[in-house]
Amino acid sequence: MATMPILPNMPVLDLVKSFKLKTKQQELLIRVSILCLVYVLAFITRLFSVLRYESMIHEFDPYFNYRTTLYLTQNGFYDFWNWFDYESWYPLGRIVGGTLYPGLMVTAALIYRILHFLRFAVHIREVCVLTAPFFASNTTLVAYFFGKEIWDTGAGLVAAILIAICPGYISRSVAGSYDNEGVAIFALLFTFYLFVKAVNTGSLAWSLASAFGYFYMVSAWGGYVFIINLIPLYVLVLLITGRYSMRLYVAYNCMYVLGMLLAMQIRFVGFQHVQSGEHMAAMGVFFLLQVFYFLDWVKHMLSDTKLFQAFLRITVTCAVAVGAIALGLGMLSGYISPWTGRFYSLLDPTYAKDHIPIIASVSEHQPTAWSSFMFDFHILLFLFPAGLYFCFKRLSDATIFIVMYGLTSMYFAGVMVRLILVATPAVCLVSAIAVSATVKNLTVLLRSKNKGVQTGSTKGSSSSKASSKALLDQSQPFQKNGAIALLFGAFYLLSKYATHCTWVTSEAYSSPSIVLAARGAHGSRVIFDDYREAYFWLRQNTPPDAKVMSWWDYGYQITAMGNRTVIVDNNTWNNTHIATVGRAMSSYEDEAIEIMRSLDVDYVLVVFGGVTGYSSDDINKFLWMVRIGGGVFPVIKEPDYLVNGEYRVDKGAAPKMLNCLMYKLCYYRFGEMLTEYGKPPGYDRARGVEIGNKDIKLEHLEEAFTTSNWIVRIYKVKPPNNRW
Amino acid sequence: MEAPIRATEFLRFTLLSLLFFVCRSSPSQDLLISNAERRIDLTSHIVKVYLTLKVENAGSTPTSEILLAFPPTQVDHLATVEALVTKGKRKKTTLARLDVKPTELPDAPNGTKYFTIYLSNPLNSGESTTLEVLYLFTHSLEPFPAEIGQSESQLVYYRDSALILSPYHIKQQTTFLKTPSTKVESFTSVEPTNRAGTEMKYGPYEDRPPYSFSPILIHFENNSPFPVVEELVREVEISHWGNLQVTEQYTLVHGGARHKGVFSRVDYQSRPNLNGVSSLRYLLARLPPRVHSVYYRDEIGNISSSHLRTDSRKSELEIEPRYPLFGGWKATFVIGYGLPLQDFLFESSDDRRYLNFTFGCPLLDTVVDKLTVKVVLPEGSKDPSAVVPFTVEQHLETKYSYLDVVGRTVVVMEKKNLVPVHNSPFQVYYTFKPIFMLAEPLMLASAFFLFFVACLAYLHIDLSIRK
Repeated sequence: MATMPILPNMPVLDLVKSFKLKTKQQELLIRVSILCLVYVLAFITRLFSVLRYESMIHEFDPYFNYRTTLYLTQNGFYDFWNWFDYESWYPLGRIVGGTLYPGLMVTAALIYRILHFLRFAVHIREVCVLTAPFFASNTTLVAYFFGKEIWDTGAGLVAAILIAICPGYISRSVAGSYDNEGVAIFALLFTFYLFVKAVNTGSLAWSLASAFGYFYMVSAWGGYVFIINLIPLYVLVLLITGRYSMRLYVAYNCMYVLGMLLAMQIRFVGFQHVQSGEHMAAMGVFFLLQVFYFLDWVKHMLSDTKLFQAFLRITVTCAVAVGAIALGLGMLSGYISPWTGRFYSLLDPTYAKDHIPIIASVSEHQPTAWSSFMFDFHILLFLFPAGLYFCFKRLSDATIFIVMYGLTSMYFAGVMVRLILVATPAVCLVSAIAVSATVKNLTVLLRSKNKGVQTGSTKGSSSSKASSKALLDQSQPFQKNGAIALLFGAFYLLSKYATHCTWVTSEAYSSPSIVLAARGAHGSRVIFDDYREAYFWLRQNTPPDAKVMSWWDYGYQITAMGNRTVIVDNNTWNNTHIATVGRAMSSYEDEAIEIMRSLDVDYVLVVFGGVTGYSSDDINKFLWMVRIGGGVFPVIKEPDYLVNGEYRVDKGAAPKMLNCLMYKLCYYRFGEMLTEYGKPPGYDRARGVEIGNKDIKLEHLEEAFTTSNWIVRIYKVKPPNNRW
Repeated sequence: MEAPIRATEFLRFTLLSLLFFVCRSSPSQDLLISNAERRIDLTSHIVKVYLTLKVENAGSTPTSEILLAFPPTQVDHLATVEALVTKGKRKKTTLARLDVKPTELPDAPNGTKYFTIYLSNPLNSGESTTLEVLYLFTHSLEPFPAEIGQSESQLVYYRDSALILSPYHIKQQTTFLKTPSTKVESFTSVEPTNRAGTEMKYGPYEDRPPYSFSPILIHFENNSPFPVVEELVREVEISHWGNLQVTEQYTLVHGGARHKGVFSRVDYQSRPNLNGVSSLRYLLARLPPRVHSVYYRDEIGNISSSHLRTDSRKSELEIEPRYPLFGGWKATFVIGYGLPLQDFLFESSDDRRYLNFTFGCPLLDTVVDKLTVKVVLPEGSKDPSAVVPFTVEQHLETKYSYLDVVGRTVVVMEKKNLVPVHNSPFQVYYTFKPIFMLAEPLMLASAFFLFFVACLAYLHIDLSIRK
């Protein structure tokens, strides 16, 4: 065995030697392969939902996005841009092209076109399903470069790994979650990265690139407001801390002016950059920068400091006065619109609850609980402050940016659950700095003990800390062991993070919420596919121009899957219209029929979980309908539906509750139904009570369809009786 | 002189009279039917008629063509006609299939349509033969009342004639009708008419002249669902890498009495025997053996209610639509599956390849109004030709699939009004050079090669302006 290869061994060895890489090449190879693996990992960890269920679009909003993308690929961009949708908000309709962020749809359609050009005959649905994971993969690359920019390559790599599997991000980017956020987080981080790069280099090219990144972000998601406020804030902080430089001036001016002009091309945003209160901070900082530059120039020209001080005072006062007057005039004349409710509700968490029930009614707009922070960030929550410490220890323009991004987004994440998503990249980056810096310090410590001379020479100036630690080392004999223990601890934590992320992804975030799954009696998986059953029934067996009334949650799904006209949908732009539907649902049947006739309603759809124990049904959402309806029509009063402030559906429920339309439609003939063994008929499993009104008669509506597990019930509005 | 003239006169006369007979084509009165028995099966929504005819040649000339007549209203619903002749005697009888072709006769009374049965051996004068004729009607049961509620049962009309429509004299005939249940609301009586259990007997009637017709109307209960596939597109894609991919797009409708009013799930679930008896709950598709990667979905995603049972001889796919289909309700869905290529693709003697596959719809007991079979040949195949046992409309198309440059030739065959009888094999012949199989892998390989070369080039070229 050994004799055989002796002869050819020599050239092989030479060959191997010639292939042997230098340390730098090795490092590059390892880095590139880690990045490739992370890229693939970020993609495949988001495919749980496809494997568990199928390649399908999830939840509510993605169905609208999918429907518009379908329209875009079938009818072309100009038709899409000018699309007036008659199928939603009947009878008002919706100008789709002017009321959406087209970035996502255009991206998916573009990918679809490219694939077809390359002769990959994929279906547009597959493209839509996989858009979010694809962009998540790209985000890991951006995170790497960003980390490299603010700290070093090690931090970049760790950031890429952390963000690839961070549940906070996965929650919005699993396969099938075809929503704006999927591409927007990529765009957000990319814009920030390009801007920081521009500030660091002072290069026009980078800042131009960041303007385009901003443009893409504006086209993709309303969250661009965060960028247009965070960047001016950052610039302001740099100005205050005396870090003003020509690089900053170039980067911000180019980015702001071009970004603003580009953003105006998006119809939904339009002239908001110059007209809306939310965008005024950016403009103010823009003018402030000019004043700063002017002062700098004057200071350069004037040699007398006293004169300059006086001049400074006058200019600053004038500038502030002019700015304030302009803003005041703009506000008064109505040219500049005040802040919107959504913006207020971000700054003041209690605002929505008191003033805009429609925002407060959405579960993802609730303030975040500690547990969900823990759920979404896990160890990052502890690493984040550590990372901040490292950032403060090595302050630079870039680290100031990441600190500000981290702190502001953490605040917003605390205000609204869904904004955890925005905080995730910052948390990952800051934590990556913590991990990378700690591990680096520890390993340097370990290595310096073995070959203390070498460390100093190879690391050189960069590890002055390390050498100081090495000095400390001699005085503390157990430090090496301590370092090893700490390293193991770090790896243990990181591996826990990885298992936690995988578990969360597979258990919590990979359910499409259209198809519900439960464990059967024998441990087998039971699928409740009732939503699609009902929507497909609507699609096939109702007249094509039928109008369906349902609560707004299901609007997008009914139009996309059922292909029927809806009264209200998830684009909650008209509060009165939604309140009208809420009023109809919470009125008695003969009052409701008037409202329904006036809206030309043919079918009414309700979601009911009493048979299966599905808790997010319309009865549990009903109080919001009452609140929203009552907000516009004072006839509807919330206390009428409550008994001593308690919401109940059993015998002790309020009489108005027991006879309102929603109650009747949900529980119609439910009183005859045996749901659970050993319980009386009409036992509601979602709420665990026997219902209070078992003898429900419908006068103006008739049951048209009920799905096999009763989750969706559809009623037909009867035509008026003959008068003769 | 006289004699030859008379001879020619006579010849001319006979020729003329022959021509007259041929032109009128009024079927020679030479043939007569000595005994006819007709059994009409009304149990499902496909009406099956078994006709046994004892044909006798009473004329002097041998004939090999026998005509079948149908009223025009029935012809539109006629799906297939088959004729068999019994050969041999006593216990050694065998059945031989005969050619049947539609025939146009110029002066058919009241627009009667004809089919000609071509006998393999001419029937000499004085001889007689027994023919077994089977024909099927679709859409021939008219629901009445046309709209029913959930708990009502489905009643239908069937219209026919008590006497067999025939261009020949029929000496004796009897018609038996079989209804699915004993519940018959009403029926036309043409004496002698008997009804016993699920069977009705019209006849025997003696000595009826040609084109005798006596309309009858039967109103009875038929609670079997009427699955009608309005349109079915079957696409069979051949890959020489070893797979045959079949995709079938269905537009299914329940063709029975339309559903009216309420659909109550609580009644439907708790009393399935009284409620929605005629609703279509599930369908059975018989697929070829060794089927793999079966899917069942529609425009909005996978449909989870299906079961596949396979054994070595056949595979059965039981599918449930998303919701039970009541009369007039529709459902569209797609079934797809893969099959091993070696079971269906063969090489013919002249070095061509041919696909041997089943025409028709794999769903049991369904009527297909319009069927389109598309056979997608591999890229680079030439001279396609299809051999189908019945007449179909054919044309060629081009389809672009994964990594196609010139596109794949698609042989498209269309046929209307199909019943399960049409599930017979057809062949598509084509020539294909195996070298074309390598085109796509080579394309991919070269694309990757070019990509790596581009990467190499980029790493080694300095593109910066500043030196």
